[in-house]
Amino acid sequence: MAETGRLTAPAAPFVGPVTLVRVAIIAAVLVIWEAVAASGLLFRDVVPSLLVIARALVELLTDPSYYFNLGVTAGEIGTAMLIGGLAGLAVGILLGANPLLASAYEAFLYYLGPTPKIIFFPVMIMWFGVGPGSKIAMGVISCFFPVALSAAAGMRGIDRVLIRVGRSFRLTTWQMVTKIYLPAMRMPVINGVRLGLGVAIIGTLLAETKLSNKGIGFLIINAYSTFNMPRMYALLIVLFVLSIGVNALVGRFGGVETRKT
Amino acid sequence: MMTLRGYRVVPFALGLGTLILLIAAMELLIRAGVVNKFIVPTPSQIGGAFSRVIAEEDIPHRFLVTAREAFWAAVLLVVFGIGIGVLLYRVQLLRAATETWVAAFASAPTVLMYPLFLVIFGRSEKTIIMMGFIAGLPAVILKTIEGLSGTRRVLIDVGRSFNLTEFQLFWKILFPAALATIFVGLRLGMIFALINIVGVEFLINFGGLGQLINDLAERYDLAGTYAAICFVILVSVVFFFLTDRLERWLRPAA
Repeated sequence: MAETGRLTAPAAPFVGPVTLVRVAIIAAVLVIWEAVAASGLLFRDVVPSLLVIARALVELLTDPSYYFNLGVTAGEIGTAMLIGGLAGLAVGILLGANPLLASAYEAFLYYLGPTPKIIFFPVMIMWFGVGPGSKIAMGVISCFFPVALSAAAGMRGIDRVLIRVGRSFRLTTWQMVTKIYLPAMRMPVINGVRLGLGVAIIGTLLAETKLSNKGIGFLIINAYSTFNMPRMYALLIVLFVLSIGVNALVGRFGGVETRKT
Repeated sequence: MMTLRGYRVVPFALGLGTLILLIAAMELLIRAGVVNKFIVPTPSQIGGAFSRVIAEEDIPHRFLVTAREAFWAAVLLVVFGIGIGVLLYRVQLLRAATETWVAAFASAPTVLMYPLFLVIFGRSEKTIIMMGFIAGLPAVILKTIEGLSGTRRVLIDVGRSFNLTEFQLFWKILFPAALATIFVGLRLGMIFALINIVGVEFLINFGGLGQLINDLAERYDLAGTYAAICFVILVSVVFFFLTDRLERWLRPAA
């Protein structure tokens, strides 16, 4: 009897070409960095050696005061997201549910959304003081707009059948919100929260760099003031990793796929 | 709904009416002492401060400084953003390796790098321009790739049937087809750039409109600070509105 061979896919190479290119790019950047650091082309310490940055990174991560400041910033951003996110969600649902209100007020949100929020910081200091209150307020006004606009768009995108089913069951407004609206608009809301979180992080940290005595923003501007460049690089690396990580986590939590353009 | 030259009158009146009512209510609350006048100036004081700020603080010059910074950031975005986007579109392996990095970079708080740029470029316009450029770069790159990749296959086939060179194919087929999407990227990039430019001006107390707000706030010129903030919002809204219209005008060409 003839033996039928099983079709098997050719064994995948241990390292794909994409990974190789990535490794090559990272290696090239590191080599160029180290060469520039050793050449003395730029001012001393502006581009410190990678070893010095690595040492600063270890020092930062083993420093208890770093975790205290991280906690302060995380608390401010968390509170800002809670207040701004909930307010944005409520306004978004209201505008999405009522075409007249949307036509009247959504343009305000649409055009005010992209204004640079940091310019409101002097006002926030006058209203909420120089403490964490003004930083939380900066986070709130930063994240409110993307959450509200996404929630309004999500609300309008809800299948009318779902709303009619809810009404036919005589659900109360609260039940409609929790049982129909929110589950149906989960994706746009999560997208809005992702965008809102990104700008809340920026708003809060920028406010900390301008006027504060604690938080990650303060640590960054303090490293600049004392010209401690390795520590500044270490802080920026940690901050970027944390921001991108939290953003990806929120996306995954909502089941949002990173769309490839 | 009642319309007037395409605008819906009732929602427009409701929106404008609410705004006027809020301003009037604020004026009354401050005059009645319910809201502290040393924290929030009356809207009439803010209105009165406009002409003073425009005349005494040389707003036209400051506006031009910010516009110049935005212009150079835009030039860098066009050259490098579209350039890198085209490169990644042409070299698929490079695109596969780096596109997720560009997307991740877009969600990173790059504006926090401003102290680093202060050290490298000093407290100058270069720092502000670079911060604007970096903020807008990922959006332009990603949208350029999206626009070029979205070109209809039939258009490329028509180009090839005419024996166009790769250079001709790009300028006569790919680029015109992707122009609307590339413009969306440029618009997004410019919005991010403008936010960063004004923000960094405010933070480092240097440059145009952002510095003005910081200056007035440090002098505790309350009405002036609020008037300057309103002016920056107005500029931002006008810029956003105009680019929005331009984008809609370009869209049918896609």
